This record gives sequence, structure tokens and C-alpha cells, in this order.
Amino acid sequence: MPKWLWPLVGLGAILLFNAFATPTFFEITVRGGNLYGSLIDVLNRSAPTALVALGMTLVIATGGIDLSVGAIIAIAGVVAAIGINKPGKPFLMVLAESTAWAIALGAWNGLLVGYARVQPIVATLVLLVAGRGIAQLLSDGQIITFTDPRLASFGVGRLWGLPVSITLVAGTALSLALLARLTAMSLFVECVGESSTASRYTGIDARAVRLTVYGISGLCAGLAGLLVVAQTKAADANTAGLYIELDAILAVVIGGSSLSGGKFSLWGTWLGALMMQALTTTILTRGIPIEWTLIVKASLVLAVSLLQSRSAGFLLRGRPA
Amino acid sequence: MKVTAITLLLLLCVAALRYPGFFSATVFTDLLRDNAFLGIAAIGMTFVILSGGIDLSVGAVIGFVSIFSSRLMRDADLPGPIIVLLSISIGVAFGVCQGWLISRCSLPPFLVTLAGMFVARGLAFAVSMEAITITDPLYRFAAQSRLTLPLMFLATFAAAAFALGRRSFGRNVYALGGNADSALLMGVPVARVRIAVYAVSGFCAALAGIAHGVYTSSGNATAGTLFELDAIAAVVIGGATLTGGVGTVSGSVLGVLVLGVIQTAITFEGTLSSWWTKITTGVLLLFFILLQRVFKRTATDPHSME
Repeated sequence: MPKWLWPLVGLGAILLFNAFATPTFFEITVRGGNLYGSLIDVLNRSAPTALVALGMTLVIATGGIDLSVGAIIAIAGVVAAIGINKPGKPFLMVLAESTAWAIALGAWNGLLVGYARVQPIVATLVLLVAGRGIAQLLSDGQIITFTDPRLASFGVGRLWGLPVSITLVAGTALSLALLARLTAMSLFVECVGESSTASRYTGIDARAVRLTVYGISGLCAGLAGLLVVAQTKAADANTAGLYIELDAILAVVIGGSSLSGGKFSLWGTWLGALMMQALTTTILTRGIPIEWTLIVKASLVLAVSLLQSRSAGFLLRGRPA
Repeated sequence: MKVTAITLLLLLCVAALRYPGFFSATVFTDLLRDNAFLGIAAIGMTFVILSGGIDLSVGAVIGFVSIFSSRLMRDADLPGPIIVLLSISIGVAFGVCQGWLISRCSLPPFLVTLAGMFVARGLAFAVSMEAITITDPLYRFAAQSRLTLPLMFLATFAAAAFALGRRSFGRNVYALGGNADSALLMGVPVARVRIAVYAVSGFCAALAGIAHGVYTSSGNATAGTLFELDAIAAVVIGGATLTGGVGTVSGSVLGVLVLGVIQTAITFEGTLSSWWTKITTGVLLLFFILLQRVFKRTATDPHSME
């Protein structure tokens, strides 16, 4: 049974509920060659979380965790906003600079976890604590606004009638899936996650694998940072990407990858992110107070992990664990 | 912990030389007062981290207790002591639920307390989105003296140090964190100890929520946002390892004071922007975890392959 089956069923259930409860949910209108509607909205709004969660999937598959993604979003966003405001700077240079920061910060996490062998939670906690400070230092504590249409097009632009963000997420998911499955990378990642001792005996350089996945996670967070900044046309070091690490971890868990490492599913993660956004949108359209989304998300995650947990299975069947 | 104490002394010396008037009773009372709720939360977190777990729900529980108690005062008109008791029982019950899920259903602590954080924060918002001013006589009385919060902090510290250092419960916590399997074979009631540490953390978080109410004279659903990170940072700076089994409450309290002195020094400096607090905390955290790695590498078994 594929790992992405359960999040797909969950997403289907939410959509089915909406089909009866909110008939307009499935309406897609075409205006000026562009598609609009609730479904498109769900895809678009889930994009930053989905991007971060895709990178996080690989990190979690190695038995790690990356708490610093929100801080990386803030830094990458601030760097992009500062760059775009410099007259005469080539646009590609701005993108490259922001992404380079993100990859470097991710690689820094990878060095700490892989080479200095610091526990992933503490290693990435360093950047989580310091990261927003660095972003504020770069932006001098200001919210940096910009008007450049090229960067803004990431957030509000359309490609093939769909928001650019959707193409970005799909492209990232596809590249990561190809990278993981066409090369031996997924094998290495899963092996390190299952048992780093066993992978050492088989000759896998676990340190390099860890460095790579944290670098990828940084890159994904950087792309999400570009999206967040482009959508608001402003880089706010304090709030950009706040709490996104939690949503991303939830998306990965709902997507069927185990927090203890090993087998992973990138498509499951995307579905997980979509499912959470669909749930949030549903709660909003039904007029339920927004504060309940937190509780619903928490129950969902507990339910999913209880289903995955072996001893809980015994518990439900009335046998001792 | 020795390194933490030395760091604290160094920071104090530098601060005293740089800012005349730093070494005064007011500054030190304020240091304890401003960091009382962080300190109390960090003491609870120490129990969890010593047992090899983690509790991300601390900040959200502070927020819930803060808003829940002030709403009860405004709308139910209950007397202060009953509200305090009720808040603390809720904190403990919350911790027990988390501990039960972690221990009986073998779910990862990270995930359970992450969900707990969402539940507590969501409930806090459900109680009231707006801040509520506290008018309860007990809280008013407690807020009158500058010594109330430092005393609460020190009393929690004394109780925790006693429980960890002088009771069998403390030994069980260290044994569980050192190696859960060996602890089980030695006859440590592993499941009960595991639930108990989360109950202690819930208790401390609720107490910290009450301290927050006394400190700000108001209840707020967003109180304690991202507080768990400061608490974890303080515990790690205090010399505990996140793998469990190593660390002390005194270390964590020193860690809290280190963070507090940095904050005070940056306030004294005046020209430095607030973000330097975050950066310094991060750098300190990095310094301490790297230090732990160095010590561990020289101290642990020679059979280690890496």
C-alpha cells in the first residue's frame, strides 16, 4: 500500500464534504485566460508550506529534523528584498544571492548534524534562535517593501493560467522525486535514517548524505521565502515564515513518512500540505472560528501517528503493548 | 555547569566594569523578577530533558493558563486561590495526558508535545482573543511586592533540586534518561516516571503562567509564544544534553540567568538593537553544544566508530 494513500483519502474526504456543504467550492472560473476558484486557492496558499515540507521530508527520512526553516525563510526573503531594491542589479543575481544564503544556512545545519554530530533538534535550534536576529540585522529592523514587478510576479503572477507558486511546487517536487528515485539518493537517505551504523558498514558516507539533505531543506526554505516575500511585496524579518516549521513537520507526518526516519514519500508530503490547507480553507468557509484550526490540526496529527504506532494498534485491539 | 557558572561570572564582571550601577540590589532583584516565568518553565523542562524527552507545549500552556485564569476572574468571580489551584491542576492534567500518549502509545515526545502546543494555543484563543486585565485581590497583592516573583522562582528551584537530588524520583529520572532499557531492567517504573516528568513540566508551565499573570497584571492568549525555545536554550546552556541523563536544575537556573544578564546588558547598552539578544543567545547555544561534543568525545567509549 503506497504511503500517499491515506493523505489522498483524507484530502478526498475533505473535498467530498465540501462538495455537499459548499457547492461553490468546486467552481473554477476563467477570467482573461486565468483560472480562479477555491481549489486553485488551496493549491496556491499551501505552496510555501509544501515547499518547506518537501525539503523537510528528506531531512526527516534521515532521522533528523529542521527547526530553522522559518528563520531561513526570513533571511532569504530579506536578502531578496534588499537586492531587488538596488538599482541596476540583475534580477537573476538577486535570486541567486537569496538562494545562496538559503543553501549556505542549510549546509551549516548539515555540518553541525553530519560532521559535528550534534543532535538535529539542538543543531537547528541554534539557527531558529539566531536566524530572525540575523534577518533583523540585515534589514536593520525594518520591514522592507519593494515594487519591482519581476519579484512580485512570483507571488501574484500567472503561468499557464495558474499561480506561479503551483508550478514552483510541482517543479520542486518533481526534481526532488527524480533526484531521489533515479539516483541512489533515496536509498542512501533511507539507509541513513533506518540505521546510521548499518549504513556506515555498507560504506555510505552518512555525513555527506546529511549535509546534502539539510542543504536541500535550506534551498526549499529559500524558495518558500521568495514566495512569501513576493506575495506580500514586503520582507518582514519578524513574521515571515513564523511557525512554518511546525506546519511542515505536520505535513510530512500526515503524508505518511515516519518521524523516526527511514522510508519517505514526497508525494505524500505534498498531499499532506494540501490536506491541511483544504482543512483550513474549509474551516474558514464554514464560518468556524479560526482558532479551532490549531486544535483540528493537532487531533489530525495525533490520529495519524496513533494509526502508525504499533503499540497503539495493540491498545485498540485490547491486547497489552 | 561549571562552564555556565564561569560564563555567568564573566558576563557579570564585564557588565559591572562597563556599566556603573549594574551591581545593585535592584538590578539583581529585577533580573530574578524579569526571568521568573522563564526560570520556572525551564526548571520543568529540565525534568523532561533529563528523562530524554522534550516538551514543546510549555509556551502554549503558559498562554492558556494566562488567559483562562483571567477570564475566570472576570466572568466567574472565583476567589484567587481556587483559580490558582484550578490552573495548576489543568497544567498537571495536560502533562499527564501528554506523558500517557508518549509512554503508553510510544509516540515520539516531539510530535505529541507539538500537537499539545497546538491544542493549548488553540484553546487559549478559543477562551478569548483579547487581553483581559486582572483585578483579583490575590494577584494584586502578589504584584505589589517586587519580591513575590523572585521568591516563587527560588522556591520552585529549591523544590526541584530537592526532588532530583534527594528523592528516589530524581534517581529514576536520571536512570530513565541514561538508558531506558537498563532502567526498566533495574526495576525503575519507567512508564510512571515518564508520565511524571511531563506532569512536572505541566505543573511548572502552569505556575509560570500564573507568574506571568502577576508580572503583567493581565491575561493574554499569546503569552509565552515561542517560550519553549528560550527554556530549551537555557537548559542546554546549563549543561544538560538533549539525549537525557546529564544535567542539573542548578545548571538550568544558571542558564536562565546567563540569558537574563545578556538581556539586561543589552538594555543597559541602550544603543544596541534588540535583535542582538537573539544572535547572542544563538551563538552561546552553539558554543555550549560544541563544548558538550568535545567533552563527550574525550569522555565516552573508545569503541565508538565515528
